[in-house]
Amino acid sequence: MKTLLVAEYRDGELLNSTYELVAFAEQLGADSAMFLVGAESALPQYAGTLYLADSSKYSEFNPAVHKQLLLDVIAKEEPDMVVFAHSSYGWDLAPRISLALKAAHVSEVVEIKDGVPVAPVCNAKLRRDVKAKTDKMVVTLQGGAFGLEDESSGSPTVVQIDTDAAAQIEFCGYEEAEAGGVDLSKAEIIVSAGRGIGKPENLAIIESLAKALGGEYGASRPVVDSEWADHSRQVGTTGQTVSPKLYIACGISGAIQHLAGMKKSEFIVAINTDKDAPIGEVADVLIVADLKEFVPAMTEKIKNL
Amino acid sequence: MKILVCVKQVPDMESKFKVNSEGNWYNDADLAWRMNEYDEYAVEQAVQLKEQVADSDLTVLSIGPDRVKEMMKKALAMGCDRGAHIADDDFFKKDPYEIASVIAEYAKDKEFDLIFTGMQSQDRGSAQVGVLVAEILGLPSITTIVDFAFDDGQITVKRELEGGIKAIIKTMAPALVTCQLGLNTPRYPTLPNIMKAKRKELLSTPIAELLKVEGKQETARLYFPEKKGGGLVLEGDVGDLTDQLIKILKDKTAVLA
Repeated sequence: MKTLLVAEYRDGELLNSTYELVAFAEQLGADSAMFLVGAESALPQYAGTLYLADSSKYSEFNPAVHKQLLLDVIAKEEPDMVVFAHSSYGWDLAPRISLALKAAHVSEVVEIKDGVPVAPVCNAKLRRDVKAKTDKMVVTLQGGAFGLEDESSGSPTVVQIDTDAAAQIEFCGYEEAEAGGVDLSKAEIIVSAGRGIGKPENLAIIESLAKALGGEYGASRPVVDSEWADHSRQVGTTGQTVSPKLYIACGISGAIQHLAGMKKSEFIVAINTDKDAPIGEVADVLIVADLKEFVPAMTEKIKNL
Repeated sequence: MKILVCVKQVPDMESKFKVNSEGNWYNDADLAWRMNEYDEYAVEQAVQLKEQVADSDLTVLSIGPDRVKEMMKKALAMGCDRGAHIADDDFFKKDPYEIASVIAEYAKDKEFDLIFTGMQSQDRGSAQVGVLVAEILGLPSITTIVDFAFDDGQITVKRELEGGIKAIIKTMAPALVTCQLGLNTPRYPTLPNIMKAKRKELLSTPIAELLKVEGKQETARLYFPEKKGGGLVLEGDVGDLTDQLIKILKDKTAVLA
């Protein structure tokens, strides 16, 4: 079995998801080579062949051109599986590759069971085994699903690659997240509000509990998208990654993107009316209750301790 | 300007799911259905573009059984001009490549200037169909957009990346974009618009007329994940629950010390 790992690079740095791809190949016991549009100055620690295209020449984001660079490497390496992170770079590039290769394509793989990729369904409430009908396969891996046991090491054998493929889009630069607001990563206690709070006025009861515990309040993506809370409060892949001593998730169902941002918390309490909510997977304690009753009652008890 | 928006009907994610008798998808009885959340943003952006550019025509397309027409009527009430329903009772057995091929087959001779899709569906979440449609049609595509502007054929968008960073991307129409949550605020259809939508064109075409490829993968088995965490589940009276949680926090954490 031979894999080709598609590493990621942004704003002059190699992304850590690259090492999850290495861990994945190791778990499969597969041979691997790596592909990167990046720079000599930020090479991965990796003991294998690295096909490197210069991002200053081909841009950090340029799907049509990266596609051609990658297809050229695939033609040379003939991998059985092309592996991406399920990220903004991976889910954008992977379908372009699977279509060109006429290969099966399984997104957001969380596990490989007897050679069969497993993917989440319905907000991770369900899972499915996906059977490929083609010899070659393209997969994108869910962030955090394949962690590295040991630090990756070694220096790659670099093979420079080039293409004259034409771009379809123009990448005009990055816009950084708004500065200011709260740095949740420093909070020891976080009480977070999810869609289950129902209306913006109920954010106050979450904030009160956070205050009573001496912590900060956070929010899930739907709450921030609805502009009930500031973006600096958002926990998850597109917000902050936190690991407080105590995380209380109120009315948060537990979308993968949220879990990725908080599952390393030391102790997790979830308050949810749905006993089967995916947040239960990471919670040390799941309290099946209406947060609008439970949270104010809890706040009163804490204040009276 | 001709615009296409593709939408999918999905179950409410809070539903109690059951696995179907074949064991390869969820049972669709007793579920509440709604428009895929990402697609609502796609419809809203498509309607805004239609309102911006004079003489635009906006088609909403959906693949699925007859029940998806209810959701398509919502899209028509939001401002789409016509509906293209591609009838398929076995839609859940189609893989993203088959679905994308059907959409591309529908779109290939219609010269759409812009195609909008959600970035992924809430049920299967493959995040493939939009990009595949564009690739089959030979159009540029930009995924995961949270900001969209159109000016005289030029499209300027912001793509959402991890950690709250955005990438600014430009391209020229014709093109396809896939929409991320938070792109806009989808409107609620007004009663007059709901009434008006009833008279709009909503044509059904059997999928066999458009499906000309074979799938590359299939769901072999659908199942509930094993509960990994030995997490404690507490139910009952709220007063008792608060006492229990305080005791647990005192025993297991140092936060109340």
